[in-house]
Amino acid sequence: MRHLLSTADLALDDALRILDIAEDMADVSTREVRKLPTLRGTTVVNLFYEDSTRTRISFEAAAKRLSADVINFAAKGSSVSKGESLKDTAQTLAAMGADGIVIRHPSSGAPRVLADSGWVEAAVVNAGDGTHEHPTQALLDAFTMRRRLHGAASRGRDLDGLRVVIVGDILHSRVARSNAWLLRTLGAHVSVVAPPTLLPVDVSRFGVDVYYDLDEALARVRPDVVMMLRIQQERMNEAFFPNAREYARSWGLSAARFRALPATAIVMHPGPMNRGLEISDEAADSPRSTVREQVANGVAVRMAVLYLTLAGDREDSL
Amino acid sequence: MTTTTTHLIRAVETVEGTRTDVLVRDGVVVELGSGLSAAGASIVDADGLLVLPGLVDLHTHLREPGGEGSETVLTGSRAAAAGGFTAVNAMANSSPVADTAGVVEQVQALGDRAGYVTVRPIGAVSRGLEGTHLSEIGAMARSRAAVRVFSDDGHCVSDPLLMRRALEYVKGFGGVVAQHAQEPRLTVGAQMNEGALSAELGLAGWPAVAEEAIIARDVLLADHVGARLHVCHVSTAGSVEVIRWAKSRGIDVTAEVTPHHLLLTEDLVAGYDSRFKVNPPLRGHDDVEALRAALADGTIDIVATDHAPHTSEAKCCEWDSAANGMVGLETALPVVQRTMVDTGLIGWADVARIMSTTPAVIGRVAGQGRPLAVGEPAELTLYDRSVTRTFSVDHLAGKSVNSPFIDYDLPGRVMATFHQGYATVESGRVVETETVARAAAGVAARRLAIETGASTR
Repeated sequence: MRHLLSTADLALDDALRILDIAEDMADVSTREVRKLPTLRGTTVVNLFYEDSTRTRISFEAAAKRLSADVINFAAKGSSVSKGESLKDTAQTLAAMGADGIVIRHPSSGAPRVLADSGWVEAAVVNAGDGTHEHPTQALLDAFTMRRRLHGAASRGRDLDGLRVVIVGDILHSRVARSNAWLLRTLGAHVSVVAPPTLLPVDVSRFGVDVYYDLDEALARVRPDVVMMLRIQQERMNEAFFPNAREYARSWGLSAARFRALPATAIVMHPGPMNRGLEISDEAADSPRSTVREQVANGVAVRMAVLYLTLAGDREDSL
Repeated sequence: MTTTTTHLIRAVETVEGTRTDVLVRDGVVVELGSGLSAAGASIVDADGLLVLPGLVDLHTHLREPGGEGSETVLTGSRAAAAGGFTAVNAMANSSPVADTAGVVEQVQALGDRAGYVTVRPIGAVSRGLEGTHLSEIGAMARSRAAVRVFSDDGHCVSDPLLMRRALEYVKGFGGVVAQHAQEPRLTVGAQMNEGALSAELGLAGWPAVAEEAIIARDVLLADHVGARLHVCHVSTAGSVEVIRWAKSRGIDVTAEVTPHHLLLTEDLVAGYDSRFKVNPPLRGHDDVEALRAALADGTIDIVATDHAPHTSEAKCCEWDSAANGMVGLETALPVVQRTMVDTGLIGWADVARIMSTTPAVIGRVAGQGRPLAVGEPAELTLYDRSVTRTFSVDHLAGKSVNSPFIDYDLPGRVMATFHQGYATVESGRVVETETVARAAAGVAARRLAIETGASTR
């Protein structure tokens, strides 16, 4: 695995390989010494053009547990804002000997441009690009679902027949895109729910069912998983919907909607949550909420991705 | 005067399919027929070549003044000559903007000095392209540059009242407003054609309706005030329908399509390679088919390049930050051959019409787009239709290399271009800068002598 840029072109075998290795990595985290020597002498740079403390810390923890050296490059507010290009920054990092670059960028496709450019030799891991993809988030979500579904017997299993409903700002969500493609590859059935303004005009390439009405979607699909997406406050100022109250009433996972879910259904959220807007306290704090598991699993999944891109054969990009 | 002013083009094929020799002297076609005498003339063996009237581009970005890092009037003129053009209309979005008589006269003077093509400056519609106040339209029209085409290209004249006033104002002297049709509020942050692919790639969409709505409004305005409207770079099937309707109503509207919109589709964006970033964006297969059909049936009047050079710094970056635009002068004729002629949609006489005659008429470019006849100006392009080239950076003659057609197999090659009777391209190569400038100076001196001689007599 040369790079991890997207889930859209991730084959089933590769996805399962990442998830299975993540199981091994999760086991490491339960040991007394939670560290492997695997990436000793390897340098991983977290190149973040957007603030995302949570994702950055997760990658940092993953790299350190594999004994890699970690450099955090917060490109926002540094030389980059003085007009340094992605090209120059990447070449600077390459000159410093970066073996892996974990990139978060506001422009869709920036990790792909970096990987294809020839500017760097390093493995490129997409940590979220614009409104395009966030593949490690989707992998950790799938990992979390698989563990809830199959428990200790998860290795080698896919998500065949799992019914997943993703609710919220599909238009701007890289989490929704990466999940749609990965979950479909793993055999799950995905539906998305959003006001029409927060859906792309044409979602035919997503391979999902589309609902505008959350109650209808929950009643028809009888989901195993409900994934709530974060609503950005600025969307309200851009006329995507009238106000927070109306959004919460129509598309929020209220206590009543939560109680009406099938008894085994789990509730997911990539965080950070807007409590009272897209998700109620009752749903967020219930034992059926996986929010904290998702965070813990994130480290294991990112360890697996760093292991496969930096310690493996590094043949093709995934 | 060391430059030869007499050329005998031997056995060239005309767009009507006949063969003839063409004798050119002092910038004029002086004789046609077979077996013409070669005495004193430099011989061009044109056996197997096609003669076209020198091509006229209504939509070229020459970047000077202000953008000399990507192109100058001279380098853009060389690219034009290499592509078989003898006249280009230079867009107004330079820096400073071509919104005063001073700037348009400067651009025209630079073009005259370079001597590769007739450079006709386009004036801005609004001051500074800001879309709020009319620029010095009358002053530009009355200047030595005698501007007839006005455009804020790069920006849409979105204010309907300003558009109405501009259409009315230029009517007074036979001018035309060339509109870049893009509703700005519907295209905030737009990065590519809006559709299934933009949704997948997570790039903000540029919906077809943002173009079509402005064209619909503008043809109605042109109808209401009885003015002439030209629509730049039509890119969607819906726009074609609107223009077809307007023409059926007798509205005085003309339209252009770019070579890249005749060949390339949005699928190319999938790799985030910014060479394919252009405004309006590449569209779908159905749009390409509709544009070709519209060009063939006359709904779209002309091909214009929207030649838009950019430095590698402006293109070598992430998609969102990359500049919009592609160079296109050198590839225009080959792309038209591939998409329109080799597909059987049009013939070579149509090529002459859509790439020379009609653009010259729309832009009121004197002495261009004329038929091949005795007494007509020697603005000629000799084209080899039979070759196919894998297009490469080496085939570009301008300053920038942001061509989307690199590595494409393209038919045809411009073997010679004659402007004002002298060669700007010979044996498929652009003639040296000094040689062309000297020939142009000679023509200017001769013209001045005739004018002053006439006035003192």
